[in-house]
Amino acid sequence: MPHPHRKHLLTSVQMAHFVATGALRMDAVVPDDMNQQAIEVLKAGVPAVPYGTPLSEAFVDSDFVQRLVELPEVAGAIHSLVGPEPTVDHHAVHIRKAHEGEAQNLHGDAIIDVRTDAFDVQLMYYPQDVTLEMGGTLSVPGSHLRRTNESDTGRYQNLLGQTRLVCPAGTVQFLHHGIWHGGRKNDSDLDRYMFKIRFNPTVRQVRLWNTDDLYDDAVAAELEQNFPWYENATGRLEKYNRIVLWRAISGDDTYDPNYWVTRVSNRPQRVITDRANNPHAKVKKEMV
Amino acid sequence: MTATAETPAQTGLRQQVLVLYLASSALDARVVGWSTYDGTGETHPTTGDSDEPPYTTGLDALKDGWRLFQASQLNPPYPGHEYDVSFLKHEFFFEKLV
Ligand SMILES: [Fe+2]
Repeated sequence: MPHPHRKHLLTSVQMAHFVATGALRMDAVVPDDMNQQAIEVLKAGVPAVPYGTPLSEAFVDSDFVQRLVELPEVAGAIHSLVGPEPTVDHHAVHIRKAHEGEAQNLHGDAIIDVRTDAFDVQLMYYPQDVTLEMGGTLSVPGSHLRRTNESDTGRYQNLLGQTRLVCPAGTVQFLHHGIWHGGRKNDSDLDRYMFKIRFNPTVRQVRLWNTDDLYDDAVAAELEQNFPWYENATGRLEKYNRIVLWRAISGDDTYDPNYWVTRVSNRPQRVITDRANNPHAKVKKEMV
Repeated sequence: MTATAETPAQTGLRQQVLVLYLASSALDARVVGWSTYDGTGETHPTTGDSDEPPYTTGLDALKDGWRLFQASQLNPPYPGHEYDVSFLKHEFFFEKLV
């Protein structure tokens, strides 16, 4: 795949938004003519791809998907998040039938994955306008750094500030591998289609985006945001963990505008107390 | 023969369960998450079915007649995992018999 033009790479602010929320959404980024075609293509099914196939080889037999991942904005986002030539983990067509009764439990995909310096992303493409009734994907902003395994979170039905996706046709969202999500119940008369691809990076995910705004105040503001479902105390730990991730992907291990990491790792080693002021020091014997 | 408790079939009572996740370990803290299960089978609450919490705080649920029957314990973090985030910590189970 050709290197995307710099103007199509994500900005630092967008990357910080992804690090804070675990998601990045691009509304109606896929053109209408492709959205029109998509339902037939997805109904027919996309040929399976062996785990770990390089992206440039994965969809040579699937013209539609090849065009999807080569759209400049989509290719720019993929490059910014996981770098050049990621491998395709797997892909899947998800169809929620009209009036399909069951919602999925809230879950993270695959198994618990606690990497702090690497992450996978899942592209989700919605070829139709998705209404609230159609049961667009539920996801929980800022849940991606929680260390939980798959559907062990199934008891959580609703969290304050959750995202129940409502979007125009052609919307693509990129989700961090750890985000809590689930397909919602489709209460409408329309079948709902979604196409998903999971990407694995093949390079260190360091400064792969357009870093011109790396130290913009808006980066810090994204990383500092709070979510309504966070508990007061744990919400602070979320910020700590985000900074750790931001340091890993920005390559700046001193970055910490709000001091969450710095404060609790400050362990000075310089000793200034002399023996005379140390009550535990043995009394010096008089020199003879 | 000793007397046995009346069965649900005799009393006609069913349990409704409300699970509230609160912003701190205080029962009057604000609600950040919620789940409901209806033992009468009349309603079918499920994942992602509402953006509005049923109560603003745990205390509000008590005022509305819900009986608390379990609260999560306060456990210290495992050494070395003090900064990890995982499940919601402040989980409160309520019931109504209807
Ligand atoms: Fe999933």
